[in-house]
Amino acid sequence: MYIYDEFDRTLLAERVREFRDQVARRLSGELTEDEFKPLRLMNGVYLQLHAYMLRIAIPYGTLSSDQLRTLAHVARRYDRDYGHFTTRQNIQFNWIKLSDLPDVMADLAKVGLHAMQTSGNCVRNVTTDQWAGVAPDEVEDARIWAEILRQHSTMHPEFTYLPRKFKIALTAAPHDRAAVRVHDIGLRLHRNGAGEVGFEVVVGGGLGRTPFVGKTIKPFLHKRDLLSYVEAILRVYNQYGRRDNIYKARIKILVHDMGAEKFAAEVDAEWQAIKDGALSIDDAFIADIASRFRYPSYEDLPDNPASLRAARGRDPRFDVWYRNAVSPHKVPGYSIVTLSLKPEGAPPGDATSAQMDAIADAADQFSFGEIRVAHEQNLVLPHVAQKDLPALWEALDRVGVATPNVGLVSDIIACPGLDYCSLANTRSIPVAQELTRRFKNLGTQQELGRLHINISGCINACGHHHVGHIGILGVEKNGQEFYQITLGGRADEKAELGTLLGPAVPYGEVADVIEDVVAAYIELRERPNELFIETVKRVGVEPFKERVYAAR
Amino acid sequence: MPLVKNAAIVEDRFVRILDDAVVPDDGEIIVPADRLLADASELTQRSGATGVHWPNDRNVSELAPYLDRLALVSLVFPSFRDGRAYSQARLLRERYQYRGEIRATGDVLRDQFILMHRAGFDAFEVKKQADAVKFAEAVARYSVVYQPGADSQSSAARRRRGRIGLAAVESAVTARS
Amino acid sequence: MTAPSQQKLKVRGPVVVTANRLGDGAVVYFTATGGWATQLEDAAVVTSAQDAKDLLASANASDIDAVGAYVAPVEIVDGRIEPGNLRERIRVFGPTFELPAVNAL
Repeated sequence: MYIYDEFDRTLLAERVREFRDQVARRLSGELTEDEFKPLRLMNGVYLQLHAYMLRIAIPYGTLSSDQLRTLAHVARRYDRDYGHFTTRQNIQFNWIKLSDLPDVMADLAKVGLHAMQTSGNCVRNVTTDQWAGVAPDEVEDARIWAEILRQHSTMHPEFTYLPRKFKIALTAAPHDRAAVRVHDIGLRLHRNGAGEVGFEVVVGGGLGRTPFVGKTIKPFLHKRDLLSYVEAILRVYNQYGRRDNIYKARIKILVHDMGAEKFAAEVDAEWQAIKDGALSIDDAFIADIASRFRYPSYEDLPDNPASLRAARGRDPRFDVWYRNAVSPHKVPGYSIVTLSLKPEGAPPGDATSAQMDAIADAADQFSFGEIRVAHEQNLVLPHVAQKDLPALWEALDRVGVATPNVGLVSDIIACPGLDYCSLANTRSIPVAQELTRRFKNLGTQQELGRLHINISGCINACGHHHVGHIGILGVEKNGQEFYQITLGGRADEKAELGTLLGPAVPYGEVADVIEDVVAAYIELRERPNELFIETVKRVGVEPFKERVYAAR
Repeated sequence: MPLVKNAAIVEDRFVRILDDAVVPDDGEIIVPADRLLADASELTQRSGATGVHWPNDRNVSELAPYLDRLALVSLVFPSFRDGRAYSQARLLRERYQYRGEIRATGDVLRDQFILMHRAGFDAFEVKKQADAVKFAEAVARYSVVYQPGADSQSSAARRRRGRIGLAAVESAVTARS
Repeated sequence: MTAPSQQKLKVRGPVVVTANRLGDGAVVYFTATGGWATQLEDAAVVTSAQDAKDLLASANASDIDAVGAYVAPVEIVDGRIEPGNLRERIRVFGPTFELPAVNAL
C-alpha cells in the first residue's frame, strides 16, 4: 500500500486547516449555504434525511489496519458505532455533526485518511480491482496508476469545477472486477502485440438517468501519455460539457451527443498540443511513486498445505466457507479472502466499530496489516497464507463476517435508499434484508450459483442496478413504493445494461417476484452450471416475464 | 467591487466600454469580445491600453491573433461553480504564452482564489470586501500542490525529483570522496 | 417519495416547513414564532399553497440556523400532527430497521 511522504502529509494537513476555516465561516454566517455547499461536498459532506453524512475516501480501496481502526474510532466517537462501505470503495458515516467534522478530519489525517473530493463536481475516488497487486490474472498492479491519477486530480487548478462529477476506474486483468466500462473514464491495463503494457481508454460510461456503456476512444495509450491524455479529456469536458441541466451534464451525454469519433478527435487535437509537455511521465516519475508502495515480504510456502486439507476435512462449516470466500493468489502458498458484509437480515455493506477493530486485528495477524474494500460492499484480506486460513476463519466467524455467500444471491448490493438518503424515492435496505431472509438456505444459494442482485432507491443508481444480473429500481407511484425489475445486466468486461422485466411491483411483492424469477431460472437453465446471467442471455427476458407475470 | 492585484487592493484604471459606445483614444479600456473582433486594428492602435472581456463559452483560440496587442483579458465566472474560465486562463498562459493581465470577474470568492491564481489569473474583481482583504492568506493556503499550474509553484513531483536528484548527487559525491 | 427539490408546490392538505439544523443536521420544523423546533408537534401548520409559500419564504430568509427548507405534508390525527408520508415518517422515527450496532442510540 501507498505510504505518504512529507508532501502528501503536508497537503493533507493544509486541507484540514482550510476546511476548519470554512466550517467556522459557515457556522458564523460569513459563508451562505450556497457558497459553502460545493466546499463541503468536496470534503465529502452531504446533508441527508436525518443528519449530515460523511463519505471518507479509501483510495483505490486499500486500507491499513491502523486506518481501519481509525474508522472504528470515528464510528464510536462521532457517529453511531457503525459505517457503510460503498459501491465506490469508500466508507460512509450517517450521523455526523458538521460542528465535529473539522476534528474528524484531523483524526483521519493522522493516519493519512481524508474525504477529499468524494463528492462535488470534480474527479472522485479513483477505483480499481479489489484484488490489485495480488490477482493471478493481472498484468501489473493498477494501484500505482490509481495513485498517480489521485494525486494529479487532487485540487487540480483547472478541473475543480467541472460540469458534474467525474469517476475514473482502472483494471489490469482480463476479467474486469472494477466495472471500468460504466465509468466516465475507464482504463484497462493490458499488453499490446509488441509486448508493451499500456491503457485502453474507455470514455462516457455511466449509470443513473441515462445509462451508457463507455466507448473505446484509444485502444492503446502508452504509460508516459496517461496524464496528458486524461488532461485532454478533462479539458474538452470542462469546456463543452453541459452546464444548463444537471441531468445532462455528465461526460457520457457529451460523448453521446458529439459521437464517439468526433469526441475522440477533439481529445486528440487537445492532446497533440500537450503530450510532450510537463505532464509526460518518465521512468523516474513512476519509480518515485512506486517507491512508496510497500509490498509484503511473502514467505516461501507450499500451496494447499496438509494442515489446510485436514481442517477442511474436519470442519464442514470451514470447508463451505473456504470454497466460497477464498480465491487464488499470485504468490504460491497464499490466498485472497473475501469477508462478506451481507449476513442474513442485515443492511448490506455495514460494519460495526467492533467488527472493524476485529478485522484490523485479523489483518495484522494474517494479512500483513492490509485490507481492501470491494465495490460489491464487502471487504478483502489480500495476503493470507493458506496455512492460516482455519485460524483466520474462526476469527472472522466470531464477528459475523464469514457468511459464505460471496457472489451468491444473498450477496446483495444496495444503496442506502430512503432510510438515509435525501435523493431517494423508495427504500432499498429493507428489500435487501427480506431477500437475504428468503434466500438464507446455503444449499439453495450454492445451487443457484453466481447471481448478483443490485438495488437502487432512485434513478441515480448508486446501487448500480442497471448492471445487476437482477436489477431492482425503486420508483414512487402515488406516494407508494414500487420497484422495477431488470434482468441481464453485467458490470464486467462484457458490460451490458439490464432489460426491463415488466410493470413495476409494489414493495410488499418484490421478494415474491424475485423468488419467481429465480424459480424461472431453475426451470429454464440448460444444465445446473449454466449461470443465471448466461440463461438470460440465451433465452432473453420474455420467458421470465411470462412466468413471473402469469399469476399477477 | 474591489480589484486585487499582487495580493493588494488596487485602483482599477481600466474602464469597461459597453457595446457600441465611443472608444476614447487614450486611457485603459476593456471592450466586449465582438467589438474587439470587429474593430481590432483600430482598437489596438490606440495610445491607451486595450483589454477584452471574453465570455466563458467562447474559445480563446479566437483571441490568439490579438494577444500581443492586448494588455488585459477579462474572463468570467457567471457562477463560482462554472469552471470554464479556469481552462481559458490556463490556455492563454500556456498555449498562447500570454503575459498580460488575466482578470477574474463575476462570482469571484475567497475559496477559489488559489485555484484561479494557479490557473493563471493575476487580477481579481472580488465580490466581497472581506474576501479581498484576505487574498494573500487565501492564496498561501497550500504549500504543496500535486500538479503543475500556470503559476510558479513547483509541483510535488518536481520537488520529489529534486530530492532524488539531490540524493543522487550527494551519494555520487560521497562515493568519489 | 420524490425528493423535495424536485417538487412543485402543490398543497393538498395540512403542511409544515421542515429543514435540517445547520450544526448537526438534526431534523427541525419551522414554528409559528419563526424559530426552529425539533419536535413535529411544535411545527406551524398551514393549509393553503400561498400560506405554505409565505412560510417557506420566512424559513429561507436566513440559513444560519437551518438549511434545505421545504414543504412537507402532515396528517392531523386526533389533534396531533403526524408525518404525512413515508419520507417524513423516516425523518421523525429514523430508518425502518434496527441499526447495525447494538449500542447505537
